[in-house]
Amino acid sequence: MARAAVLGRLTWRAADVVRVAPETARASTIVLDVPGWPGHRAGQHVDVRLTAEDGYQAQRSYSIASAPNGDRIELTVVRIEDGEVSPYLADELRGGDRLELRGPMGGYFVWEPADGGPLLLVAGGSGLAPLMAMVRLRAAAGADVDTRLLVSARDWDDVLYRDELQRLGGGGLTVVHTLTAS
Amino acid sequence: MAAPRVRHNLRPWDHPKHVATSPRRGCEAGGTGSEVAGHDPLAAFVRATGGGQMSSIISRGFHGRRADAPRDRVPPGQYVTRDFPVLSAGPTPHRSLDQWDLSIVGEVDEPRRWTWEELRALPTQEVTVDIHCVTKWSKLDTVWQGISVDTLLGEVRTSAQYVVQYSDGGYTTNLPLTAVTGGKAWVVFGYDGEPIAAEHGGPVRMLVPSRYLWKSAKWLRGLRLQANDEPGFWETNGYSNDADPWREQRYWGD
Repeated sequence: MARAAVLGRLTWRAADVVRVAPETARASTIVLDVPGWPGHRAGQHVDVRLTAEDGYQAQRSYSIASAPNGDRIELTVVRIEDGEVSPYLADELRGGDRLELRGPMGGYFVWEPADGGPLLLVAGGSGLAPLMAMVRLRAAAGADVDTRLLVSARDWDDVLYRDELQRLGGGGLTVVHTLTAS
Repeated sequence: MAAPRVRHNLRPWDHPKHVATSPRRGCEAGGTGSEVAGHDPLAAFVRATGGGQMSSIISRGFHGRRADAPRDRVPPGQYVTRDFPVLSAGPTPHRSLDQWDLSIVGEVDEPRRWTWEELRALPTQEVTVDIHCVTKWSKLDTVWQGISVDTLLGEVRTSAQYVVQYSDGGYTTNLPLTAVTGGKAWVVFGYDGEPIAAEHGGPVRMLVPSRYLWKSAKWLRGLRLQANDEPGFWETNGYSNDADPWREQRYWGD
């Protein structure tokens, strides 16, 4: 039975914020170093936990946007204006801060080069993040798996990773954008 | 511990809308005889933050928003939403009711099967419950129309200890039978007085408010009663077998 193969409890880890870089007007990418990070598969997510001075805590789940790369992971957070957590992560957090997270979670929606293709990836808004991990892994591994990525955003300025996607296109990767507000 | 509020024998299509107006406590803590039963929300809060793990890092400049999180209604790590987010592992099945039936199979004296008309002839209840998704959102005072699982199980004889819900699309999820008996689970066909939309599991889904919502299968086609526990789809993909939100059992090992 699968539970027999269970790893230990997914414990909370301290992560060092390397930098928080604006991605679009509404989104930022948080670059984290997580000492002891066990590694992740493209498509997995982490739970992030914030703690206020009085002990109040809030948790959210975020997909990992980066390909596996040692102890380093990247999360892309789109700010929800009246949100409790995303404005903090996108606007207040900065390099030198520490975050708590646990993961990686999710063993179902994942891709590794050995899985082959072809791949049809469809994302809206911040849903691009886990697919970006796959596209980045595909590039890093030099895989030529035939891949089509359909990206839906409100407008052109809202497209995450726009320049990088342009760079990565070709060599079997086709990126198609659809803009819903124009 | 307050049980979900239930109104018996309603015919929701004759009474198009019943909306809760008075405040009530959160949904029943899961499990039987669990120490969390009649939970102390603060204790749950402490359990979630302690547990022998490292002490929490204070997030500089984070204040949070306690106002929308009444502690006795919202399990640890959850936030309240007014939306109804959708998360599915595959495509949404669209099955017409004349092609639909519900079965109880497995360790029973005689398998039982209901067509839509037969199911709708059973006594209906309306329940007002809080629901909690492992992706962190909770939705309070949701109103559903359906049939108590007790009513369905009353038509079979079984010595089974476990139940596997199975659905169109191949989804499965498992629970101890005691988690779905005693007025704790429903087979529902109405949400807020309307048929359940396909993306939310219509025409018929399970409702087990004491567990994270993946334990409430969408597009339900049957219950398989078993002598042994058999982890389902998410339970074999890293998610907790027990899934009690008040104990924050999200993942393997929680």
